[in-house]
Amino acid sequence: MNRNRKTDQLLGVLVKGCAILAGTLLLLVILYLVHESLPLLRTTGAGRLLTDSAWRPTSGQFGLWPMIAGTLTVTAGALLLATPIGLLSALFCRCYAPRPLGKLLRRILELLAGLPSVVYGFWGLVVLVPLIARIRPPGASVLAGILVVAIMVLPTIALLVDAALESVPADYSRGAAALGMTRWGALRGVILPAASSGIFTAVLLATARALGETMAALMVCGNVVRTPESLLDPVRTLTANIALEMAYAMDLHRSSLFATGLLLALIVTGLVALAEVLSPEGIDA
Amino acid sequence: MRNAKQRMPETLALQSNAERRRPPRILPRIHVETRKLTLRYGPHVAFRDITLPIRQGEITAIVGPSGCGKSSFLACLNRLTDLFTDCHVTGSATLVGEELVGTEIDLTSLRRRVGMIFQKPNPFPLTIRRNLELPLREHAVSDRHEVQSRMEEVLRAVGLWDEVHARLDTPALRLSGGQQQRLCIARALVLRPEVLLLDEPCSALDPISSGVVEDLIHRLRETYTLVIVTHNLAQARRIADHVALFWVKDGAGHLAEHSRCRDFFESPKCELTAAYVRGARG
Amino acid sequence: MRESRTDRLLELACWCSAFMVLAIAGWILFDVMGHGFRRVDLNFLLGSPIDAGRQGGIAPILVSTVLILGVCMTVAVPIGVGAAVALSEYGSEGRRATRLIRASLDVLAGIPSIVFGLFGNALFCRALGMGFSIASGGLTLACMALPLVIRSTEEGLRSVPVEYRHAAAALGMSRTSTLVHLLLPAATPGLLVGLVLGIGRALAETAALLFTSGYVSRWPTSIFDSGRTLSVHIYDLSMNVPGGDGNSHASALVLVALLIGINLTASLMANVWLRRRIRT
Repeated sequence: MNRNRKTDQLLGVLVKGCAILAGTLLLLVILYLVHESLPLLRTTGAGRLLTDSAWRPTSGQFGLWPMIAGTLTVTAGALLLATPIGLLSALFCRCYAPRPLGKLLRRILELLAGLPSVVYGFWGLVVLVPLIARIRPPGASVLAGILVVAIMVLPTIALLVDAALESVPADYSRGAAALGMTRWGALRGVILPAASSGIFTAVLLATARALGETMAALMVCGNVVRTPESLLDPVRTLTANIALEMAYAMDLHRSSLFATGLLLALIVTGLVALAEVLSPEGIDA
Repeated sequence: MRNAKQRMPETLALQSNAERRRPPRILPRIHVETRKLTLRYGPHVAFRDITLPIRQGEITAIVGPSGCGKSSFLACLNRLTDLFTDCHVTGSATLVGEELVGTEIDLTSLRRRVGMIFQKPNPFPLTIRRNLELPLREHAVSDRHEVQSRMEEVLRAVGLWDEVHARLDTPALRLSGGQQQRLCIARALVLRPEVLLLDEPCSALDPISSGVVEDLIHRLRETYTLVIVTHNLAQARRIADHVALFWVKDGAGHLAEHSRCRDFFESPKCELTAAYVRGARG
Repeated sequence: MRESRTDRLLELACWCSAFMVLAIAGWILFDVMGHGFRRVDLNFLLGSPIDAGRQGGIAPILVSTVLILGVCMTVAVPIGVGAAVALSEYGSEGRRATRLIRASLDVLAGIPSIVFGLFGNALFCRALGMGFSIASGGLTLACMALPLVIRSTEEGLRSVPVEYRHAAAALGMSRTSTLVHLLLPAATPGLLVGLVLGIGRALAETAALLFTSGYVSRWPTSIFDSGRTLSVHIYDLSMNVPGGDGNSHASALVLVALLIGINLTASLMANVWLRRRIRT
């Protein structure tokens, strides 16, 4: 019996150790990012890093602004496209589709959500970019980035909204129907408000995903360091910048890339924290 | 531990092996006793100041309306309360003089001595055999013959042997509700406990299974000390030796009356009991 | 009647969106499949890449991929299961710590993969001196897969009715044997689904591997060799190798086929599990 108690204690220590390890991983990631980006933050300062528009790592100028602008444009554009379509497809699954069709669509969305970003990027590169190049070469542009990233985050939004709609008790919609409300009336008055926090969470998580998307942006955006002026201009995102230059970056240059990573990590942390606060029982993405 | 073993009743009710000698009564008359036992879930008091002696070899029935802390009271007696979140117990509960509340006792041996049956039959999702083997292995009974003979003994005691001995290796969850509950009782008996706590053991069963289980419980007295929580007054009247009525006062349960079964139903001491028995309250 | 016109309009919009999603999915899948189909054969699967991958096959890349996934899962599964057990079974002992760990895992799940790449490069490749290697890549992926493994294991443990825990405790069973004999067997299906999904996620990953496991397309001789996964191969062929599109298509087809296979396995397993839970 004593042996049992010892095993129990050992097990407790072991699993708690695992939990602590898992829990401190985030801290470790952020600490490493801070540690590696400190040299740059000391010499250049966070303010100049964020607002300066000159990115000439060889001559010691580290301004992230063109890349920040690129990332923001692509993210905003992608969300503007993906949110309504994702929302409507989720509504379609839940309210309008004949059952087999709704099921099929959900399957397809799950499949799309699981496709690797490199496949999306590749598809954008060989299909979308040549199409856009017909309007104005070279084709690799903000627009291409927006379209590909929108397609990538669409399933995230649709599936999360679908889950949020599912969690609205069926009584609500039945009750609304019993009151003689039209479907739109029931949606606007009862169902969407009940699911609103879930919908908002979906958009926040999709934002996090779009901001952090690397491969698709890297492959279709053109990667020119310039603040974009039109949708057909090539652009480089923060993530693409890391991916492109990490292979040969040294010293302060390397440090600046870690600072970029830190910036992304902090933004995502903020978004997830916001989503956590807004959704009543945590996130189930 | 050693003492506990000596005190343990060595025989089971209705065992086939009739020559087994019943050991002399060395247990004190009062087997389990609570004094001013109070249980809180966070700030909410479930029951307060319950002082209840439970006599050895008898059936004590606890009756009362829902939410007066009857099940929580049972859980104090085998420290299952340790599993409940935010649960605080104060006062005293003793098992033959050994304090259970707030002490560093060996839970494994306590729970071996005090078995428990739940409202919903809860056999493990394993075979019938594994259901009985698992607790035995846990308590270091691993001799094959010993395991086999104890298994047969308890299955006979609960009247399941004839029904299941040919299919011991089928999943326990395929049994009917009443059979499952009897298997759960067998699983508790296989550890040879002194006290058996039963938390509305018949309420989730159909009337016929309920009758079978009730008869079984009735046969188990003398060998075991039984504490049964029940909503069914007629059942309490049929099987109990002592009856305790819990009632809600100021949002918390308390003990309204505790007396011999006959007195409880025929000449209750307090008004509440009389009304409850007549069906006017509760 | 204005309401009913909005109603009609909304329905139309929903159908259009759904149609769009289906059309795009079809477009992407058929494009990848159609172009890749003619090139995938046994020689492609079993051959080594020739001429920077323009010709030849992907065998060493498949081997590297499997090795990286192997490292990832060997590390992520035990730690993940342990952490899930602690969170769901011992969670009440330190509620604030549990909440904090859960929240940090939620954030971790949202961190962009490229950031994990940076972290892996700094910690595994440099600080721990593993260099660009299969081990570094696998460990980086393990960090990414951890939240997923923990969440699905927890889900599995949560599906075990509390009655079993009470019954086990009332029989004086120790925590260890309750866990080993009752909880883990009951949670295994959930764990397996999580495992399969984690493999899928890791297989799809590219950005985190670019500068942790490296680009080398040779046969790996040990896990401390550099090796590229299938997704890195696709990226490299399409971006850095002019004329690599053909084999890139074929590799994409293999990758998508693997992922669809994994996806189907997971949902099949989840279905079987669900049906069994209903039956019992």
